[in-house]
Amino acid sequence: MSRSAAMLIMGVFTLYFLTPIWWLLVSSSKTGGEITSTAPLWFTMDSAPTFLANLGNLFTYSDGVFGRWLANSALYAGLGALMGTVIAAMCGYALAKYEFRGREALFNIVLSGVLVPATALALPLFLIFSEVKLTNTLWAVFLPSLVSPFGVYLARIYAAASVPTELLEAARLDGSSEVRTFFTVSTRLMAPALVTIFLFQFVAIWNNFFLPLIMLRDQVLFPVTLGLYAWNSQISQIPELRVLVIVGALVSILPLIGTFLALQRFWSSGLGAGSVK
Amino acid sequence: MKVTRPSTAPAAALGTPKTRKAKTTGAQRRAVFLFIAPFGVLFLAFYAVPIIFAVVQSLLTVERKGTFGPPRQVFGGLVQYQQVFQNTEFWESVGRVLLFGVVQVPIMLGLALLFALLLDSPLLKGKKFFRLAFFAPYAVPGVIAAIMWGFLYSPSLSPFEAVTSEVNFLSAELVLWAIANIVTWVYVGYNMLIIYSSLLAIPTEIYEAARLDGASNLQIAWRIKIPLVVPAIILTGVFSIIGTLQLLAEPQTLRSFSSAISSTFTPNLAVYTTASVPNYNLAAAFSVVLALATFVLSFVFLKATQRKVSQ
Repeated sequence: MSRSAAMLIMGVFTLYFLTPIWWLLVSSSKTGGEITSTAPLWFTMDSAPTFLANLGNLFTYSDGVFGRWLANSALYAGLGALMGTVIAAMCGYALAKYEFRGREALFNIVLSGVLVPATALALPLFLIFSEVKLTNTLWAVFLPSLVSPFGVYLARIYAAASVPTELLEAARLDGSSEVRTFFTVSTRLMAPALVTIFLFQFVAIWNNFFLPLIMLRDQVLFPVTLGLYAWNSQISQIPELRVLVIVGALVSILPLIGTFLALQRFWSSGLGAGSVK
Repeated sequence: MKVTRPSTAPAAALGTPKTRKAKTTGAQRRAVFLFIAPFGVLFLAFYAVPIIFAVVQSLLTVERKGTFGPPRQVFGGLVQYQQVFQNTEFWESVGRVLLFGVVQVPIMLGLALLFALLLDSPLLKGKKFFRLAFFAPYAVPGVIAAIMWGFLYSPSLSPFEAVTSEVNFLSAELVLWAIANIVTWVYVGYNMLIIYSSLLAIPTEIYEAARLDGASNLQIAWRIKIPLVVPAIILTGVFSIIGTLQLLAEPQTLRSFSSAISSTFTPNLAVYTTASVPNYNLAAAFSVVLALATFVLSFVFLKATQRKVSQ
């Protein structure tokens, strides 16, 4: 294949991947009428003030519930992924670096957990949570998000490859406790895998739809995706929501893109861990 | 490190004379427990218990004394499963996502592999830009992607009016493939990166040796690179199969743009619809069947591809 053919393929697909996002950005700077009446992929003369006005409406509509949704998503996905990563890393590390009875059996159970579709768990979880009166609470979405079998799998593979047993022996000789060794020495060696696990889980929780959909009734508890979904399904009755849905969609993807860009250096080296045998 | 506590009995039980390098001490065993317990408890509570609960629920059935008597759950054996197998809408939805998967997954993984190989080849300039541009859609949640594409597909709103006034992507015939496009758009870059990072892990000496033997770039890609990234492709394949059978957010969101998507369009939508009727027992049976199907499909795929690799 020639260089120009390769560049052509990549160029065409760049348009495919970026045009929808570009359209979202451009449309966010238009009024409801302008979205259909002006050039869809280019700005109008007063794009900047319209964009700011749309943004203002987005954050004030319905007592500023959108800001609340963003904060909820940040809590569910940020704190959930952070705690989930530590929990998964500890388990994967133990499976990689210690020999104990039932280790392989345990790993196989966790692995089969990877294959269980999350949506198949959501409904029984809803029934269990309604028994213990936990539905329509923060906990109903937060707690199940802490479990990441795939995180354990990645952590095990990466710990086995990147934490030398000799180093653990040396730490033991120096009198460091197992737990201290893990948190001060091993986690540093596992850093790329930890960032990768964090990001995967962050995205998985941020994108999770079924669980919040069936667990939450109270708008104030919604994550941003569910909130926008709710607005989008009301467009036919409340047409002015269309602009808010478009601006809201743009605002809601910025945190994820920002997180990826900020952590890019770390996760790209950990990404291959799951696929290298 | 000193053995703080002898605890000979369990140690002896554990110490079957295998090729054990170092003895596990009591402190280490406590550490293992500490490391595993948090995940173990959460896994039990939010994976094992719900699965068992779903199976139990699926075996129960609601009985009423008279038409208006209080509902009571009684053991119904496989009654729900009988209903699952007689439910044509559910099986139509299963057929629909299988058709979806058979077409969409190979296209998506094929594109991901092509992009990964191009990124890894010396042909390309501006690799960092392409990597980011192709990966960016992964940061767009399924619901948001469906809303965006819903607008792009709509004849009145789309910037591609010339196309959408001729072809109705939201019609009954095309809407499945409109969803396939959304899923592909979101996940190609993610799969590309997984394959690409495993290409980066291949030692470059292999290519030099092949080049000395007179292999072209294409031959190197076909004979060396692709076989070596098969594990990565298998991984992305399994995740794609799971994702296909789980389809929910995209079709559910697109329902506000297209009347062609029924409330039982995908298996998960059928489960959701059944649960909101509400018929929890039947919905539980759907969930169990769906989870089993996912499990079996992923397992068969793993076995089939691994056999091919080892040959």
